[in-house]
Parts: sequence; C-alpha cells; structure tokens
Amino acid sequence: MKVRVHNHWPPGHIRTPSYLRGKIGEIEREIGLFNNPEQNAYRLLPQKRHLVRVRFTMEEIWGDAAETPDDVIEAEIYAHWLEPA
Amino acid sequence: MPHDNHDHGALSPSGHPYRKDDDNELNYWQMMEIAVRELLIEKGHITAAQVHNQINAMDARSPANGAKVVAHAWSDPEFKSALLADAGQASRDMGFDIGPMHLIAIENTESVHNIVVCTLCSCYPRNLLGLPPDWYKSRAYRSRIVIEPRKVLSEFGVEIPQDVQIRVHDSTADMRYIILPAQPAQTMSLSEDELAYWVTRDSMIGVGLPQAPK
Repeated sequence: MKVRVHNHWPPGHIRTPSYLRGKIGEIEREIGLFNNPEQNAYRLLPQKRHLVRVRFTMEEIWGDAAETPDDVIEAEIYAHWLEPA
Repeated sequence: MPHDNHDHGALSPSGHPYRKDDDNELNYWQMMEIAVRELLIEKGHITAAQVHNQINAMDARSPANGAKVVAHAWSDPEFKSALLADAGQASRDMGFDIGPMHLIAIENTESVHNIVVCTLCSCYPRNLLGLPPDWYKSRAYRSRIVIEPRKVLSEFGVEIPQDVQIRVHDSTADMRYIILPAQPAQTMSLSEDELAYWVTRDSMIGVGLPQAPK
C-alpha cells in the first residue's frame, strides 16, 4: 500500500524525520501499537498509535541527486503521520 | 636527546606528553543526572550499588552477544526463521537479557545489502550489542548514510555491486535493528562457535562484512 508522509512541521518531540515529510513510500510491514512519542515526551498520557515501516526509494527522497535511484530507505512512521497516496 | 634537557616541561619521565586533566565544568545535563541520582538515593528509591550494577551490566554487553545470535542463525535454519520473525524473542530464547527492547533482524542476501542508522539521535540495539561506536552517533554518519550510502560504505572499505540493492534502515521510533549478514561461502564447514568469531560488530550494523578471525 502506498502512503504519503504528512508535510507538517509542528513543534515538539517529532519522530518523523524531516527528510521524509511529504514523501511517498510503500508500507513494508505493520509493527503494532506504541505510545505516541509526541505526548509521551511531555509526560502526557500517551495514546496508542499504529507504527508502520515504510519503504522509500532514494529517487523519491533525493530526486535527481540520488546516489543510486533504486536503493531504498526504510523508516518507522506513526500512522497518524500517513495518508493514502 | 629529548631527555637530556629540562625545558621540555610538558613531557612525563617516560618522554610522553602529559594528558590534560579533564577539568571542564559539568554541563547542564551532567549536573541534572547527578542531582536526580543523588535525590533518588537520598530518598531511598534506589541505592548507589544498584546504579553501579546497572552500569556494569550495560558495559558487560558486547558485540560478541550478537555474533552468537548470528552464528546460531547460520547454523540452524529453524532458529533463523524465528530470528527473522521476532529477533527480540529469539535472542531471549538464547538466554540474552535484552530487557524490553523490540528487535528486528534484517537479512543480507545476494540481491540486498542492509545498513542501520538512527538519523534522529543514536538508537542502537544496546541491550544486545552494548554501546554503539562513536562514529555511529556522529552527525557525519547519520546524515551521509541516508544520502550517499555507497560512498560511506566505500570509506569503510566495503564495495557493494550496483546490482545489489542497498536498504538503509532508519531507527526512527520503537524498534532496534540487527543485520544478519550473509554467511561467507568458505565458512560452511565451521562449527557454530567458530562461526561467531567471523561476525564483526560492523557486519551487524551493515557497514562491514564478516571477516576471518585474525
């Protein structure tokens, strides 16, 4: 399944790397429910969020500057940062 | 002769420069750690011995633990399947105390080479492999490995053919990663104990390959 990472820039403890925001990738696997670090980091009662591993091509992330376009990066992204693409 | 004159003040009797004392002031976080630790001890929540034992337990963890896990996976296909399905449970089943760590093992194959990084900080499977190497925490490694992994690997002395895909795993959240390197062809007749000596720390991060023990 293809997903796009939200291109949001809120303040706080965000575990979505900036270089992946706005990028489209493929879900590699679903890992399960984990505490939302954006609340956890501030001692707020954290909600459980689905965590998924998303695979992005270097071409999608770096465009023409990609070292090898078909190499990939995989990262864990919380589902509330993703939308269908 | 360096030892004949006496204007060399900075040298020890054995002719080496004295190392500067570490007289820097404590930074904010060091001060905070000491204050919280002393309060916890003063209020009876923990003891100094418990803190020290925990430090010793972490220092006792080393890449040799991961090497045993990899060697076991090379020797036992059933264990390998279990490791790829749930690396945390498989490591615990071998007897390693990895605490609450969520671990994923990723296999290198003929067509895929995997590398681990934490671009946001320094996440590392410490509870199995011990403390990460200093370069793993450096801004240079963390930023460059996601931009030009092949160039970084070549600086580690590893050349990956263009027909092998590179997958960089960014430990952005709750999981930690260990790479299961491909078993070198010339080790197929070795025992599990012998195999463990071939598994280097860097091969479990993905910036190295298994090597014949020296």
